[in-house]
Amino acid sequence: MPLAKFPSAAGLDKESCSCGPDCCPGTKGGETAGVFRRHIDPVRFASGRRMTAVGEIPLVGARLGFRDRWGALRVRLGIGRGRYAVAPGLYALGSPDPWSPVFVTANYKLSFDALRTKLPGIDAWILVLDTGGINVWCAAGKGTFGADEVAGRLEASGLKKIVFHRTLILPQLGAPGASAPEIARRTGFRAVFGPVRAADLKAFLDAGMTAAPEMRRVRFSLRDRLILVPMELAGIVRSRSFLAGLGLWLAAMIAGIRGAPLAGAAGAGAILAGAAATPVLLPWIPGRMFATKGAILGVLWASAVCLIGGFPPAGPAGLAATAAALLFLPALSAFLAMNFTGSSTFTSLSGVVAEMRAAVPVMLTAAGLGLAAAVLAAVAGG
Amino acid sequence: MPLRHLKNVTTLKYDSRKCAGCGLCAAVCPHGVFEMNGRTAAVTDRDRCMECGACARNCAFGAISVRAGVGCASAVLWSLRRS
Repeated sequence: MPLAKFPSAAGLDKESCSCGPDCCPGTKGGETAGVFRRHIDPVRFASGRRMTAVGEIPLVGARLGFRDRWGALRVRLGIGRGRYAVAPGLYALGSPDPWSPVFVTANYKLSFDALRTKLPGIDAWILVLDTGGINVWCAAGKGTFGADEVAGRLEASGLKKIVFHRTLILPQLGAPGASAPEIARRTGFRAVFGPVRAADLKAFLDAGMTAAPEMRRVRFSLRDRLILVPMELAGIVRSRSFLAGLGLWLAAMIAGIRGAPLAGAAGAGAILAGAAATPVLLPWIPGRMFATKGAILGVLWASAVCLIGGFPPAGPAGLAATAAALLFLPALSAFLAMNFTGSSTFTSLSGVVAEMRAAVPVMLTAAGLGLAAAVLAAVAGG
Repeated sequence: MPLRHLKNVTTLKYDSRKCAGCGLCAAVCPHGVFEMNGRTAAVTDRDRCMECGACARNCAFGAISVRAGVGCASAVLWSLRRS
């Protein structure tokens, strides 16, 4: 659920965005990105310190340690995702000299790690912006990854005294927030956009800082989608609506309502159909709208539930239960699938609004009728 | 197979008469919507636009406009709840 757009990239590599309350400060609560985060002390991931013209800065390597991997795993599972920020500022990768390239990235640790691990054997400077611990793409969408922050951080870091050249390599996905012409005007540094994926950075450097068209395209591969599923589920399990549903179901179980066990399994399956199966099978399910795709899997699941529950239905109670399953489950799957638009890499705001205008009324009607049928089934079935 | 969302919804507008041919729009678009056609940028496939706003933000000549936003149903719901 929480979600958002933008898997991100640190120059970079996709490291799921999924924004939501914590990634979209503007959508809930209203915290201001960047002022409330505690940063991970560089001592915990740096391999030493490096002396420069303006003093010592942290030195990092291209290889991750156990702590970095453990931290990444936790974040993927949705634990402490909003508190995984490295201290902004300048870092040395390998043993850079005044002519080494300067890479700019966000201070979300997954972004920073995605960048450095794709640069083995390359000596460079990494300028980490304060994006409030948010990945590059999400931060760019909110404007925290932008010319203001680049100019300010550049000045504060003393980079002008450290390097002799005047070129910054920005992640392409930082472009929604950072304007290269504006950065050049304000800092005197030429801003060059690197490839979308950090893995292509070496090829980009080898080609004289030019990216082949393919390196400029965002994809949404099976792997990219799979990695987002745990986050989707973690978000749902922690939502109030899920907890309310769980409480209601437990009450029904305790009260001994006959169809309760099957109803619980049916609901859990519909959640998986919308938030796990739909994202994974996205390109292969017909339809353009995410809600349509979720509804299709929801109908398939509801049909399976009806078969398990005994079809054709017996009596008014059975008929009502069948109607409840066929109406409510697809609506639930469709809603959760629609929420995955925020984690996808190709939906526009206009597209999502158009989809919601069309789908939400249908979903609400189906869910309402389904719930009414479920109550009827419970009453009739005793 | 490329994933596609709805057709004819994007707010992307491009005025080729203002294009100076710098090529930044083609460089920053994550979906290849812009392509350099000689000295001028051209829109290839509008329906692939995700309204991230990178092209407009980087066009120094004001040739591109788009209502940038995040295509996220959850964010849209949150904003409705807040207003």
